[in-house]
Amino acid sequence: MLFAATLLLITLAGCFLFIFKPVWFPLPVTSAAFAYDRQFNWTLWICGGIFIAVHLLLIWTVIRRGRATNPVPSSSHKGLEIGWITATGILFIALSVLGSRGWARTSTGPAGKEVIEVDAHQFAWNFRYPGPDGLFGRTDLKFISDSGGNPAGIDPKDLAGKDDIVTATLRIPAGRDVLLLLHSRDVIHDFFVRELRTKQDIVPGMEIPLDLHVDQPGSYEIACAELCGLGHSQMRSVMIVMPAEEYDRWKQQH
Amino acid sequence: MEAAALTRRLFTTDHRLIARQYFFLSLFAVLVGTLLSMAMRFHLIFPLVRNDLLTPEYYLSLLTLHGTIMVFFVLTLAPVSAFGNLVIPEQLGAKGMAFPRLNMLSFWITAASFGLLLASFFAVGGGPLSGWTAYPPLSVVGAIAGPGEGLGQTLWFFSIGLFCISSVLTAMNMIATILDERAPGMTLMMMPLPCWNWFVTAILTLLSFSVLLAALFLILLDRLAGTSFFVPGGLLVADEAIRHTGGSPLLWQHLFWFFGHPEVYIAILPGMGIVSHLISNFSRRPIFGYRSMIWATISIAFLGLLVWGHHMFISGLNPYSAIAFSLLTMVIGVPSAVKTFNWIATLWGASLELNTAMLFALGFVSMFVTGGLSGLFLGQPQLDAYFHDTYFVVAHFHLIMGIAALFAIFAATFYWFPLMFGRMMDERLGKLHFYLTFIGAYATFGPMHFAGFAGNPRRYSDFTTFDFLAQVMPLQRWITGAAFCLAAVQIIFLWNLFRSIRHGVTAPPNPWASNSYEWQAVHMNTEGRY
Repeated sequence: MLFAATLLLITLAGCFLFIFKPVWFPLPVTSAAFAYDRQFNWTLWICGGIFIAVHLLLIWTVIRRGRATNPVPSSSHKGLEIGWITATGILFIALSVLGSRGWARTSTGPAGKEVIEVDAHQFAWNFRYPGPDGLFGRTDLKFISDSGGNPAGIDPKDLAGKDDIVTATLRIPAGRDVLLLLHSRDVIHDFFVRELRTKQDIVPGMEIPLDLHVDQPGSYEIACAELCGLGHSQMRSVMIVMPAEEYDRWKQQH
Repeated sequence: MEAAALTRRLFTTDHRLIARQYFFLSLFAVLVGTLLSMAMRFHLIFPLVRNDLLTPEYYLSLLTLHGTIMVFFVLTLAPVSAFGNLVIPEQLGAKGMAFPRLNMLSFWITAASFGLLLASFFAVGGGPLSGWTAYPPLSVVGAIAGPGEGLGQTLWFFSIGLFCISSVLTAMNMIATILDERAPGMTLMMMPLPCWNWFVTAILTLLSFSVLLAALFLILLDRLAGTSFFVPGGLLVADEAIRHTGGSPLLWQHLFWFFGHPEVYIAILPGMGIVSHLISNFSRRPIFGYRSMIWATISIAFLGLLVWGHHMFISGLNPYSAIAFSLLTMVIGVPSAVKTFNWIATLWGASLELNTAMLFALGFVSMFVTGGLSGLFLGQPQLDAYFHDTYFVVAHFHLIMGIAALFAIFAATFYWFPLMFGRMMDERLGKLHFYLTFIGAYATFGPMHFAGFAGNPRRYSDFTTFDFLAQVMPLQRWITGAAFCLAAVQIIFLWNLFRSIRHGVTAPPNPWASNSYEWQAVHMNTEGRY
């Protein structure tokens, strides 16, 4: 009885936590993030249902124990087994298929987008904008100097690089398509913004594209989400989503 | 004791004594691992206490050592090496393991591996801090990447390499024993379920640990011989250009997780076998769907080899591959559900005997279901993109791999204690320990899911830099409190264990009224028995 009561307590405590939500997701700011929350809720209802059902079954078997003084030996039951294999199979595969719909991660390329380079390194972020000419300047390791004001390593001889803007916070225009090109110069980092409901590893030696479209102006924290060494938990920046005109003005002023 | 007798005991070839050696080694490891986690939890909620001990690098070393010790030296050693060695020959009616001297060698390689791992923590330049996954380039480029990346990391790789060798040797030994040493007339399809699970686990071990061993060999070449398997060209670490060129950090992740995912099943499959055995024993009836249990075990192992990519959804792989890995991952839910249904069907309408061993077995079912369900979130690449590397993942793998497997180990300890020491453990203390542990585990890891909902990243040494983490601090304080309680009540278990070894009630020949072979044997006075 004590065991049945403990199981009941745990089941109820689980339900209680999900009803009163001590902490929860931040509000979503992109359509992908809204789709995320829908898929999450679906999965939560299904998993919550299974959690409660299995625990009630366990409680029931424990309460009823000892009723059968001469229990029937169990063996197997084909119909029952085929039934639950089919049911769980359909359920889990359906969840996977539904979950794949929201997984539109292949970038559609830079055409018509605000392209911004993200440079992650131990333990800071830099963001580079191509400037009015729309071209990124050539970069090289030997020019990188965080203290000398050239954290991106732009070649001073390359004219295309003269107007490049390099910042420590990410500013993007609201309502426009943005393409982030993720770079790391040392170890693996990860670009994580909670409100976007997504994260992407930044792998040295690779350029990984990440498409964004945020309608809601605001300020959102960028966190590194892949262990990158000593200062991992301090690797913070901010993504500022500005109204488009304000963003254009900000870029001109630089 | 004479020197010769001591040598004979230390370098024993008796599988029951070797089982005890593994048992006590993993018991020591779990104590160390738990103390490390307590230090971590303390560190997390007192971020403003800064002194020589509570530095970020110290936290990350604790984290790395905690993960490594628990995954390898507790969750692999205890269920596979300790109880496998103890029970496989007994349940099969064999005289011992097929290769007794190889068995002894495996144990001592494991002990050396553990020694190296502990040494790495005190290495010059700091203990390793790349996590138990040791992703390159961080783990390869050496001391310039920060503290702990020098000698400590090299020792870590050597330690795990030794562990791979000993695991592969043990696996070969178990496979040979199960195939060749069964009592006459016992066909494979008559074998008790624990042996089936150890058999499949051993095959998985062979296939996955050998891959990790090869990967470790390559990464050590990268570190020590200047090759570039895992490090690309053009890196600048701490303002210093790296000489490596042309390697791929993702290659390590593929190789590591090709081992790492099966490793989860290496930890949990023996537990499933143990739990099936106990549920059947204490329901006083055969297990429901014996054959479907075997096929579920084989399917889980087979699918387990094909899903490593679900650890890499957001690593920069081609996004299309995620869809295949996701589908295969979700399909693993089916054989797992089959097992759960079979357990419940066995319990259904039976007259249960709720002793400590059985309570832990039923607790396993609860933990396995709860921990498995969060896997249905993480198996979807879309949902994983938010949860990856947050406390949601920490909650998930602690429940399903940590606590569930530990519950099976506790169940096995209570159940087979008479086989190991000839005495019984105390039931009253056992039940008290069970209830406190069961509630404590849920109280610790249940709220952790919510930290994950808030997006709380894992492997952070403090939560003070980010504004959004202020809201999770009350929750994190609660988790620390619950974790301290959970750790404290384990003293009841230790007391019960060591007291029962010396003063427990002498066990009758077949204490659980079981019809399984390990309790029918009559060689009660051979060495290592009692």
